[in-house]
Amino acid sequence: MTEIINIGMNHETAPVELRECLATEPGSVTKALSFMRDNESIKEGLFLSTCNRVEALFTTETVKEARRRMVSFMSALGGVPEESFLPALYSFEGMDAVKHIFSVAASLDSMVVGEPQILGQIKDAYALAAREKTSGVILNRLMHRAFHVAKRVRTETGIGGAAVSISYAAVELAKKIFHELDGKKVLLIGAGEMAELAARHLMGQGVTSIAVANRTFDRAVQVAELFHGLPVSFDEIGSQLTEADIVITSTASPDYVITFDQVKASLRKRRNRALFFIDIAVPRDVQPEINALNNVYLYDIDDLKGVIELNMAQRQQEAIRAESIVLEEVIKFENWLKTLSVVPTIVSLRDKAESIVQAELKRSTSALGALTPDQKEVIQTLARSIVEKVINDPILFLKGKAGRPTLDAYLDMARRLFSLDNNREDTE
Amino acid sequence: MSFLWFNLALFFELLATGGFIIYIIKQQTQVFKWSNRILLAGLIFHTIFLCHRYYSLGTAPVLDFKSALSFFAWCILCAYFVLQLRFKLMVLGSFVAPFSAFLMIVSYAMPWMEGPVKPIFKSLWLTIHVGTIFMGNGLFAIAFLSAIMYLIQERHIKRKRLGSFYNRLPSLATLDGINHYSIVYGFPFLTVGMITGSIYAQSALGTYWQWDPKEVWSLISWLFYAALLHQRVAAGWQGRRAAIMSIICFCILIFTFVGASFWLGGYHSFSEMGTRSPP
Repeated sequence: MTEIINIGMNHETAPVELRECLATEPGSVTKALSFMRDNESIKEGLFLSTCNRVEALFTTETVKEARRRMVSFMSALGGVPEESFLPALYSFEGMDAVKHIFSVAASLDSMVVGEPQILGQIKDAYALAAREKTSGVILNRLMHRAFHVAKRVRTETGIGGAAVSISYAAVELAKKIFHELDGKKVLLIGAGEMAELAARHLMGQGVTSIAVANRTFDRAVQVAELFHGLPVSFDEIGSQLTEADIVITSTASPDYVITFDQVKASLRKRRNRALFFIDIAVPRDVQPEINALNNVYLYDIDDLKGVIELNMAQRQQEAIRAESIVLEEVIKFENWLKTLSVVPTIVSLRDKAESIVQAELKRSTSALGALTPDQKEVIQTLARSIVEKVINDPILFLKGKAGRPTLDAYLDMARRLFSLDNNREDTE
Repeated sequence: MSFLWFNLALFFELLATGGFIIYIIKQQTQVFKWSNRILLAGLIFHTIFLCHRYYSLGTAPVLDFKSALSFFAWCILCAYFVLQLRFKLMVLGSFVAPFSAFLMIVSYAMPWMEGPVKPIFKSLWLTIHVGTIFMGNGLFAIAFLSAIMYLIQERHIKRKRLGSFYNRLPSLATLDGINHYSIVYGFPFLTVGMITGSIYAQSALGTYWQWDPKEVWSLISWLFYAALLHQRVAAGWQGRRAAIMSIICFCILIFTFVGASFWLGGYHSFSEMGTRSPP
């Protein structure tokens, strides 16, 4: 009986130092795939390596043997002794492994639940396995189902909905205020990684004009170059306030860089256009009272963190719904897998033949007119023996392949040729 | 016969209201689509009702409070579908449908009054006068609703409580845009309605203006809307202040519609119209 196994570690089970050991080398995935291909006990294999997880997925008939070999290979690959390696590993078998890989693809097992990159990484890993010819009937099917699950989860739940990073949260807020960011002007005061990231995201949403202010003008020029923006001196902030729509501040200044009076004075000239302050600095750069002004909105770093926490909680809620989609798909996959052995395939082939015989006899009875019981039996026997002769050779062939490594592929082919899985969606 | 059309319109509008309430909770596009279709069906029945009434009375069916309310509801729905062409804002229906359904329920609760229509009301001027005024009122109602939505959304953003309404309501700029648009287009309707009203008064009563309470209050609402429009266009008012102002304007407008018709007397009051008298 073929089993699906996975062995791996993720951000929860293993510290980053350990994950690094396995993930750093660029050729490690190919190496792992060729190891799986050459290994007798492993039939099909796939190797996934991202910054948050390293995982081997394979099918085998000798579970213990294959698992032992895989672990020792992985520890050798990372250059880590097995003893320190084992506690960081998790391993699932059968439907648990299926459930796990579905959850991973649907981004339910990610550090940031719902983040979209993991699906792409899994697709890459699968493409590599397909190229190296280590994936076969079962893994092909499993991975396609995993992609399908991921798609369902994404469209049917709001798991990837709300922003969970500071800079994205800021962009979403800006959109709730301005609707469209095309043609909006951004003023960036001070420089910092997060502020620059926010500015970059805003530009990605259509913001075209960025002014950069800094205490040291040289630094302003440097940063402005990054965004093809306009460097301005600190003294010009007041006049820039009448122009800008979105102001991002992140200076190290201990005092307020933007004061209530300054903003209030600019409002008249702005003709009440909305003004959105994103204050990422600690201590804060923008005087908090300005949030009370009409058409002025201020979010500081704590506010943004609050938004993110809320969104995170929302994602967790959605993850529960996603969980049930995963379980549903696991059952579907299990049903398919069960059909993938000789006896059930032959049984369903015979059933199909019998149902055809019955249907055709029924259709012909009216045309044949009155028949004696003997004649009826002759016709039935005739129909049955024709059908049985036709399916006899395929059945013998499948029986002959029992126990061979290529059996799964033939079973799959037979099921498709005779269309034994009525479920169209499953044969995609 | 016209009762049947009225009841059908009421039924579909109530059904759509239920759908729109489910939509704002569940956020499913399918629910919106069906609610919108049902609302459109309600509007069609409503239109048939109005046409039927028009022909059986020989004039616009606006001579008693019951009919005027249903006509108001009809105008709001028309304004909604026209604005929807431009803004395609699904959540707007969740505010408009309950509002017009409310007017319809009030209208439903009032008794039918049958009786001869005074010849003075059988004039095309009446139809134009009332039609344009109510079209303006319909647009102002949408402006009012979008102002409320604006204030809710603004409050959420200012207080940093980004809960359920925050997700369901559109951006501030969109809501402000709808408010602006409805007032810009509603105002000419109100103006034309008042001018045609005075022409009608001249031809029917021999005087353009006679300081009837409803005339005075209409003038006050008109001045308020004119002020709002001026501030918006010339002084760049937008957002919160414009939203509050358009709510105030709408309250005055509603007072003109309800108060001046019932309590202040004058030839515009429904009790003066026709031989019948309301309860």
